[in-house]
Amino acid sequence: MSIPEFTVLVAIVSFIAGLLGSLTGLGGGVVLVPLLTIFFHVDIRYAIGASLVSVIATSSGAAASYVKEGFSNIRIGMFLEIATTSGALLGAFLATRIPTNALAIVFGAMLLYSAWLSRKPRPPEQRNLPPDPLATRLRLNGSFPDQDGERSYNVQHVPAGFSLMFGAGALSGLLGIGSGAVKVLAMDQAMRIPFKVSTTTSNFMIGVTAAASAGVYLSRGYVDPGLSMPVMLGVLVGSLIGSRILVKAETKSLRLIFSVVILVLGLQMLYKGLWGKI
Amino acid sequence: MAAPRSPVPQQQPWDDHRIEVILGNLLRAGVIFSATIVLGGACIYLFRHAFEQANYSIFRGEPSDFRTIRGVILSVIDGHGRGLIQLGLLVLIATPIIRVAFSIVGFALERDRMYVVFTLIVLAILLYSLLGSGLGM
Repeated sequence: MSIPEFTVLVAIVSFIAGLLGSLTGLGGGVVLVPLLTIFFHVDIRYAIGASLVSVIATSSGAAASYVKEGFSNIRIGMFLEIATTSGALLGAFLATRIPTNALAIVFGAMLLYSAWLSRKPRPPEQRNLPPDPLATRLRLNGSFPDQDGERSYNVQHVPAGFSLMFGAGALSGLLGIGSGAVKVLAMDQAMRIPFKVSTTTSNFMIGVTAAASAGVYLSRGYVDPGLSMPVMLGVLVGSLIGSRILVKAETKSLRLIFSVVILVLGLQMLYKGLWGKI
Repeated sequence: MAAPRSPVPQQQPWDDHRIEVILGNLLRAGVIFSATIVLGGACIYLFRHAFEQANYSIFRGEPSDFRTIRGVILSVIDGHGRGLIQLGLLVLIATPIIRVAFSIVGFALERDRMYVVFTLIVLAILLYSLLGSGLGM
């Protein structure tokens, strides 16, 4: 494939990944690395480097539209970023040391988990939880605009959430993804942060987390300009358009299709990591 | 715990939301700026390498031109498209870092000492990643 052909094809695929990722809320980065490695035969290290860069672009690009809604909690974000950035640093150093087959296996497992999580019905949000002493001291509790006025919430299980966020950061640094799936586990399930608050806050955190591992990737030569260019531009445009069109009715079937794609890609990554060449 | 509680942050001159809106716009400007540089680099790169084959199946690692800030700047001065793309990517990586740096100012204006310290920790980790990994050489 010639360079212009390759660039255009990668840009189109990245555009679709960014569009679907933002429409379904599942993130586009998670499908990019498997698509690049399986269909474009890109070495997984180059693919991870390019994907990481696109993760920063989506996060920073969407930040302005997210904050206007007034859902995100800057203190929860900053406090948890201590965990995610140190995790990301560890993950990026690990990525330069472990064999690519192991990377593919971890990636495959992560995809299967994301597919499962996207099909699982979300547990009902518990309201009016008692304030947790640690969360109160850290000033993590807050409020956000709801249909019936300002709704306040109390953050729970801070140590568990903090540890899980360290893991989410490590996965992000290791695989070059936003690792939204683990963040959901930490912020929604453990810390009981309302869904609207956790999604918008985590969007902010994803960019900072990715920046922590980007330095390591760039200096190790994982970020190729020729590959990262179409990936970054494609994902950025796709996700920006995706965040503008809010087709509520079709999101359900779209989510189903996208989670099937994630499942299939996860199985392929596992297969490649276990028996194939990567 | 000397810092005052703020149950209704909207009434303060420097509340969280206002800071976030400024930061959000700053981030978007950074991304647009970075994407413009990348696009400019892409034009030069595609024009110069139009008849070459793309091959990413073997990992060689990037040459030092694209691995350090110094190398990237020198490559841009030489007029390389790929150097320009890499510069755009460096700007992109810098956007969330600048956001964290600005948050320190925001928390300081709110006189929230604890969060000034937290933000400094995050900034230190980010700077360590960028400079400690040899990127600054």
